[in-house]
Amino acid sequence: MITVKNLQKSFGKLEILKGIDLQIQKGEVVVVIGPSGSGKSTFLRCLNLLEQPTGGEITFEGESITDKKHDINVTREKMGMVFQQFNLFPHKTVLQNIMLAPLKVRKQPASEAEKIATELLRTVGLADKRDAYPSQLSGGQKQRIAIARALAMQPHVMLFDEPTSALDPEMVGEVLEVMKKLAEDGMTMVIVTHEMGFAREVGDRILFMDGGVIVEEGEPSQVFGNPKHDRTKDFLSKVL
Amino acid sequence: MNVFDIAYEYRNFFLSGLKYTLLLAVLGVFFGFVLGIVVSLLRMSKWWILRFIATAWVEFLRGTPMLVQLFLIHYGLPEFGIEFSPIQSGAITLTINSSAYLAEIFRAGIQGVDRGQVEAARSLGMRQGMTMRYIVLPQAIKNVLPAIGNEFITIIKESSIVSMIGVADLLFEARSVTSISYEGLNPLLVIAVMYFILTFTLSKILGLLERRLRTGDHR
Repeated sequence: MITVKNLQKSFGKLEILKGIDLQIQKGEVVVVIGPSGSGKSTFLRCLNLLEQPTGGEITFEGESITDKKHDINVTREKMGMVFQQFNLFPHKTVLQNIMLAPLKVRKQPASEAEKIATELLRTVGLADKRDAYPSQLSGGQKQRIAIARALAMQPHVMLFDEPTSALDPEMVGEVLEVMKKLAEDGMTMVIVTHEMGFAREVGDRILFMDGGVIVEEGEPSQVFGNPKHDRTKDFLSKVL
Repeated sequence: MNVFDIAYEYRNFFLSGLKYTLLLAVLGVFFGFVLGIVVSLLRMSKWWILRFIATAWVEFLRGTPMLVQLFLIHYGLPEFGIEFSPIQSGAITLTINSSAYLAEIFRAGIQGVDRGQVEAARSLGMRQGMTMRYIVLPQAIKNVLPAIGNEFITIIKESSIVSMIGVADLLFEARSVTSISYEGLNPLLVIAVMYFILTFTLSKILGLLERRLRTGDHR
């Protein structure tokens, strides 16, 4: 579904990604772990070109999205993204947050958009918050709304950029629960996270990144249970 | 005659002047607002030539007296065959002058909106223009509403310079009343109060609007 070939990204002289190669299959849940500054967020943000790669190629559903002639907006409709800082639109209600892109980008009829939004709110367990403003919600609720907002575009893949890192500990569970449900329903997901327990439980594949490269990848049981590289071992010994 | 007698006796003069002052202020505010948004967007354009033009526009209009700008438009442009009526010249001057100040206010407002907002909108497939219109500008304008209000009030007051090219606004009419009645001070007091009522009402309305727009911020 997604193929990444020799992906590179530099900010000025600073090289963040030094050639990433990866294939992601439909329905797969890929979890990216690694120390901060390892380039894992940058990598994720390159997948929908929020960061413009400086080299390499990304193919999504058979189309090269790094091709200059490609209209990235069309691809972004099919790639949902969830941010560490939620980034809900503060001047809009929960329902408006969810319906905005389907209405304006998809040109969905309002009745249909509202039906889908209501359904999604039920899925994330926040049906009673439809008319609230983001500032009236807790962090965990905000993030669940942000997930619903991304899902409203009926994406083919969901990208999660440290979705629980800005949350109070007691709210992490409710967000992970929603993500787990998504994974069980067969959504293709790429998740950058520090939640090792979650990564192990939900991930089909774990990527360990450090210094702008993928150091090690494999099934959770292998990466967590029997890491091959010293850097992986070192990292896991610090976080587990 | 005391000030009340002057106000009553020459009410037709003052009301007629009020009409023109209001007309110019409304035109200046409205077109200045629209043009100001355009100029601020140009100032943040990807292309340097657009940025350059917008920056030059802002710097020139902020750096020269509005009276000089008015004379340039009203007396200068006819040299090139472009002639405007006094009302038109007045409206144009107020518009372009306020567009420069408002553009700077908008730019501050737009740059003050969290980057994450743009990223969230773009990640949903919204194009740049859509993101501006539905996400960035509403938040930016809310944040800079007090500054915009100041500029509107400035426009109302500064519109008095159009009397210099013969637009029969409040100041012009006050001087007409002076020349008829030989009263120097009182006509000016009358229009001072009228200007104050205009600006005070506007600042109250804007205060109301500010509270209304803050509905999303129950913190």
